[in-house]
Amino acid sequence: MPANESAKTVALFATCLVDLFQPEVGFAAVRLLEAAGFKVKVPDQGCCGQPNYNGGDRDGARQIAVGLIRQFAGYDYVVTPSGSCAAMVRCHYPELFADDHELGRPAVELAQKTWELTSFLVDIAGYDTGTAALDASVTYHDSCSGLRELGIREQPRRLLSAVAGIELREMEQPEACCGFGGLFCVKYPEVSDQIGRVKTDSICAVDADYVAAGDVGCLMQIEGKLHRLGEKKIKVVHVAEILAKALPEVSPKGSRRAVDADD
Amino acid sequence: MRTTSKHFRAQVTEALGNETLQASLEGVRRVMPKIRAAAVDQCDDFAGLCAQAEEVRQHSIDHLDQLLETFEQQVVAAGGLVHWARTGEEATQIIADLCASVDCRSIIKSKSMVSEEIELNIALESAGYEVTETDLGEYIIQLRGEKPSHILAPSLHVSLAEVGETFDAKHGIERDVPPTDADEMLLEARGVLREKFLSADVGITGANFLVAETGGVVVVTNEGNADLGMSLPDTHIVVTGIEKVIRSLADAGVLLRVLARSAIGERLSNYTTFIHGARQDGEISGPREFHVVLVDNGRSQLLGSGFRDMLRCIRCSACLNHCPVYTAVGGHAYGSVYSGPMGAILTPAFAGLPGTVHLPNASTLCGCCESICPVGIPLVKLLRHWREVSHTQSLPTAGERFMLGCWRLANRWPFIYRLVTTLGVTLVRSLSVAGDGRQRWLKRLPFFAAAWTQHRDIPAPVSNSFQNQWRQAKGGRKP
Repeated sequence: MPANESAKTVALFATCLVDLFQPEVGFAAVRLLEAAGFKVKVPDQGCCGQPNYNGGDRDGARQIAVGLIRQFAGYDYVVTPSGSCAAMVRCHYPELFADDHELGRPAVELAQKTWELTSFLVDIAGYDTGTAALDASVTYHDSCSGLRELGIREQPRRLLSAVAGIELREMEQPEACCGFGGLFCVKYPEVSDQIGRVKTDSICAVDADYVAAGDVGCLMQIEGKLHRLGEKKIKVVHVAEILAKALPEVSPKGSRRAVDADD
Repeated sequence: MRTTSKHFRAQVTEALGNETLQASLEGVRRVMPKIRAAAVDQCDDFAGLCAQAEEVRQHSIDHLDQLLETFEQQVVAAGGLVHWARTGEEATQIIADLCASVDCRSIIKSKSMVSEEIELNIALESAGYEVTETDLGEYIIQLRGEKPSHILAPSLHVSLAEVGETFDAKHGIERDVPPTDADEMLLEARGVLREKFLSADVGITGANFLVAETGGVVVVTNEGNADLGMSLPDTHIVVTGIEKVIRSLADAGVLLRVLARSAIGERLSNYTTFIHGARQDGEISGPREFHVVLVDNGRSQLLGSGFRDMLRCIRCSACLNHCPVYTAVGGHAYGSVYSGPMGAILTPAFAGLPGTVHLPNASTLCGCCESICPVGIPLVKLLRHWREVSHTQSLPTAGERFMLGCWRLANRWPFIYRLVTTLGVTLVRSLSVAGDGRQRWLKRLPFFAAAWTQHRDIPAPVSNSFQNQWRQAKGGRKP
């Protein structure tokens, strides 16, 4: 990583799904960012506004976005373990506030410094997995927004492959949608389930220890279906969790507990 | 345009339970993206070609008035006539009148989505004409009294055995059992259709493109049926949408190169025909009368709207083939002749949003369609735009609007978010059951969330949120 980057501060945008359902993903992201040499802060935060934005409620999305823009204003980078939330901020905030004299510029500034975790680690931090090691086979599901709005395809695979002992096994059509789709999954559950079944079939056909993805929404869809099917052989994890799990054990001094939290 | 899109949910249930359809859709899902990708790989610069194609179509949309005028002048110069139809009804009336003017009894047709959109066959049949579809897939569904389930492969939902049964029931051939062999059925259909071709008075085709500079009509098929249909009868009527006009033959060259690759993974389709006007003095074949019926039917409304980009569509069907929703439920579930992502955008435009509001909502917005669209239509943005229109018109259910309203409020201030989510999580966790390890699971949820647990479990939310744990860690307490 470039030396001048080392003192920079990253604000973690955990996302509401990580906050409420999978805190371990948040802590894994913190460990990785620290391992990459950044100071990590976690400002008070909520949702990025995607449910409202994709539900056609632009005003609601704007109101929610205002909070995020203010809460994350003072940091060098904002990093989030979610392709869709990163894409919401990077691709859609500038357009949401395009005609707003007051918030137009802050929205663009936030968009420019917001990164999805794996793309931040690879493209910005030049992160080296170092001595990380884990004996496991992993298959990676490409989450749609990260893949198509942010072009995240190689970064998570590169990080996983760089870990000693991890064998990456591709499933059939890893880029096919899992059927989550935000509110879609509860508005059209039958369709969502049919799409999900195609995905879980291709996951199960791989015979890997883990299926990893970069979005908790996809993980809940995949894990929820596998659990209902009684399929317990393959573990469903966020890519950050598996990368953090592979990190060498940290001394108590260097642990996440020693990191400053933000107010 | 008439639709049954308001019954989307029931149609979905039916589609998911239809094994024949599901087998066909699995084929689409597995095969079509692969063969398109292979064709794209073999092309020197497909992305560059698509950029050109987008420019060509955008030019059409930006100069529609001028191009249409030029096209009409050239058609007239070549001995043809252009007829303008504001609505589907006007179009079918014009065509019925044209048929009457040439003492027509029987009509042969090649596949045209515009004719499906305006329900041309129903209008012509009720006017007393015999109409025969000559594209094999379209012929099959005509015999079965069905609508197309795919804009390119209209009988995708029909199994081979069902085709045999249909032919057996409709062709009046003496035999013990329905045919089962595809080649045999093909020959049988060819025999029946050949008679129709030879005896027809009028041939109706659609058009893939209209070339303004030459007054040419470009028709693309894989079966050659349109070529027979436009050259054997004395009268050829082309029916198509006003947006199909393009600048030049060179532009047609660009579009043809992306069309077949996107549609069927081939460099070109089997037959690509450029037609210019009626039979001229000294020519020994071709129709004596040549008419082009240009249908608006809502298209000019799109021009001045936020859905303008949709007019670039060349009906290649790649967005259907790559759509997780289309390949889960097929075309009939949409209740519109236009299905998949392009259909979910066009149908509300042509039929009105209130009865079709499910279509733009029933999308994961995965963006796969947009990533492979050869003319760069921002399909996700347009789907979302319909949702915005729907939200403005209060068309989503009260429950959904309430939920979005609550979420908007909950996220306005962090302390409200904390309060609301803590209450919500406590409530939801009370419904959870123990699983392996520390993870708790939700297997049955009430109200709107029941939709999730119908088919899936859901890991229960945690009692101590990430932000709480982080704050506690900061305060020196163990999370």
